[in-house]
Amino acid sequence: MLDDGPLIPRNLALHPAPYDPGYKTTLARSPALPLLSMDSSASEETGPRFGHGSLGALDNNLILNWTRGKSPAIGERIVMHGRVLDERGRGVPHTLVEVWQANAGGRYRHKKDGYLAPLDPNFGGAGRTITDEAGRYQFLTIRPGAYPWPNRGNDWRPMHIHVSVFGHSFGQRLITQMYFEGDPLIPLCPIAATIKDRAQLDRLVAPLDMANSKPLDYLAYKFDIVLRGRRQSMFENKPEGM
Amino acid sequence: MVQKLEMLQETPSQTAGPYVHIGLMPSYTGNGQIFAQELGESPIADGAQGEIIEITGSIYDGTGWAMRDALIESWQPDAQGRFAGQDGADPNLSGFCRFAADAESGEFTLRTVKPGPVALRDGRVQAPHISLWIVARGINLGLQTRIYFEDEDNSADPLLARIEQRPRVETLIAKKTGAGQYRFDIRLQGDGETVFLDI
Repeated sequence: MLDDGPLIPRNLALHPAPYDPGYKTTLARSPALPLLSMDSSASEETGPRFGHGSLGALDNNLILNWTRGKSPAIGERIVMHGRVLDERGRGVPHTLVEVWQANAGGRYRHKKDGYLAPLDPNFGGAGRTITDEAGRYQFLTIRPGAYPWPNRGNDWRPMHIHVSVFGHSFGQRLITQMYFEGDPLIPLCPIAATIKDRAQLDRLVAPLDMANSKPLDYLAYKFDIVLRGRRQSMFENKPEGM
Repeated sequence: MVQKLEMLQETPSQTAGPYVHIGLMPSYTGNGQIFAQELGESPIADGAQGEIIEITGSIYDGTGWAMRDALIESWQPDAQGRFAGQDGADPNLSGFCRFAADAESGEFTLRTVKPGPVALRDGRVQAPHISLWIVARGINLGLQTRIYFEDEDNSADPLLARIEQRPRVETLIAKKTGAGQYRFDIRLQGDGETVFLDI
């Protein structure tokens, strides 16, 4: 049987540390002891697969999916698009990408969100799609609003879209956030600032992509996502004869 | 100068935040109308082979408070240790489930079949376990851990064997509370901190 090799170990230095004093909730929710590191096994190298059959035609259209196409959401129309890649630069085909976001006023359709901005009766704020053969995906949505949140005295979240990606292995599982080029709130945000290296944070900032914008319709933002890759399989330590 | 390695770096993680349910479990927050079919509602379908079990627990933060907003995903093989898609795997087991701490009690329940053992590349066998991935507000990178079972032989499990402080092994072992019933609590920090994995 073809062996793709174990997952490449995570470079934890490019991720946020579990505890960051600027983001207060991390204080009581961060493990204090070191993670136990080990080569991946089939438990991490396999993962759930989702077929197009599980998805509806409007699932990646956040402007229309809440009303099942009856009435469009309010806001600035945008397309978010990009590729899911692995660390070897290969597109990850047929993998699930899920997004969720606030509405144009900065309010989430969630029972715990009580922000002053009103709900948009035509906006649910979630979408999902499956990448194509080359690992490409796209969503039609509205630009989410910035909003304040209880942390330090006056903290605001920049405009952002939450992104959840699977890859083909449970060990590749990743959730991140896409920010928007030029948003002045990015450098002020304690959650963005959990990433200490500005060059790494910049990888979460989607550039305006005029070439893929549609005249008289929507602006485009490009957001590529890189998941863990697999170690090359030569010289793996197998028992004799296998 | 040296030659270039043609490698990319993994995208940095950001917290799933307090509203993660909107995206991954919309019906949890009353938004079920958005998708015709929610993903990961159950890891098993009718007719799944093996022992049906229920695992109940809570995720406690460093103050001992059961978190109300955590979301968990689980991944496991069938009762024979085969993952969905592998030859001979149980067609009635997807192996994947999404579940959340109850907004009132903070308790979660996973109903599934007890998994079989899974071999490593070198032939050593891992005791039956379910892989977990935990996200929530205040968790900057999803936490990986595993559920093992107190009524299985865990003595030769390669992962458990690597835990230096032997009492910490217990943090990964679900306790049997009745026929097909287990308790598995997760502690993010402090006394009895769960062993989390980088795997």
